Amino acid sequence: MSTLQPRGQDPTNLADILERVLDRGVVIAGDIRINLLDIELLTIKLRLVVASVDTAREMGIDWWERDPFLSSRPRGPEVGAAPTGNEIESDGDRRAVEAEPVRDEGRLDARREETR
Amino acid sequence: MSEHGTWVHAVSRGLSADRLAGITGVGGAPVRAVAAAGLVAVVATVDLAEYGEEALRRNLENLDWLTSVARTHHEVADAVARLGPVVPARLATVQLDDARVAAMLTEHHDDLTAALDRVEGRIEWGVKAYAVPAPTAPAEPAGAGGGAGRAYLMRKRARMTATETAERTAAADADRLHAALAGRSLEARHHPPQDGRLSGRPEWMVLNGAYLVDADRADDFADLVRELAPRHPGVTVELTGPWPPYSFTATDEREAATR
Repeated sequence: MSTLQPRGQDPTNLADILERVLDRGVVIAGDIRINLLDIELLTIKLRLVVASVDTAREMGIDWWERDPFLSSRPRGPEVGAAPTGNEIESDGDRRAVEAEPVRDEGRLDARREETR
Repeated sequence: MSEHGTWVHAVSRGLSADRLAGITGVGGAPVRAVAAAGLVAVVATVDLAEYGEEALRRNLENLDWLTSVARTHHEVADAVARLGPVVPARLATVQLDDARVAAMLTEHHDDLTAALDRVEGRIEWGVKAYAVPAPTAPAEPAGAGGGAGRAYLMRKRARMTATETAERTAAADADRLHAALAGRSLEARHHPPQDGRLSGRPEWMVLNGAYLVDADRADDFADLVRELAPRHPGVTVELTGPWPPYSFTATDEREAATR
């Protein structure tokens, strides 16, 4: 039943690459101030890295909320307000956005340096 | 403002400039080495008309442009990883000139050195696990008692229960798998699951893990994943990598503490 997928025809698929270059790697404030969190790119990024938050919660998978690094504040289940998940600008995306600055907090440069 | 800027691909050390020959950076120019404070930044000269602040803001919204830049940025980090320790820079780290890059290396020397110490001689594996979908319920003979409406509801309930069971099994298997892999790696990370529209798979991703292992034991870890996968029947397991250690470059100890 369970199988290990072969490394695949494209071991470095786009989703894996985008996830890494946009969301990981060392953050150093450059002269060109681009806060990736500011731009609409977020909609791409969040579709990329965050699956349906509500579906996850319903299944009891919420490690990113329990993780003190990923979450600074408790957020109750919002299952009743679950978006369909098909709208890019859905509530789910917005909530996921909230988690972003926290995840980056404390990297090499303080977040304030990127805040205009 | 100059019309060119310096795109920072990655930071390394002990890397002579000539070893970067043949590596092309973002923007199409060959990558160069900027050395300072015992560190080496691997950079490429970029045109600010395309990579300046306003242009970047616009171009990052263009998925084709982003795809191309992201792939090149990754390819450079991957190439540098073959030459020495590497700390990839977050996409779109751009300085106005090489002197500013050198100043950045000097200013962040301690943190960058700590990050390099942490990943030197190590690589990252990615392991994703997807929930195996519930088996489709066998068709029941119609009119088994109670009429078609009741039979429909029964089937629907059975299907929902099967789905829920499959999801719970998958979540438990993913947790066990991650724990086992974390136990055999130097550091481990849980990343948020990828959305199916970009992962390209309809199944639900229940694990998106990253594992830091010694480069000379990279194959052992891959073998371990292959060995463990069949023991977790609730999930389909996908191994990616080896990657430059993207997930282990933050120097913040609080992040390290969350494993």
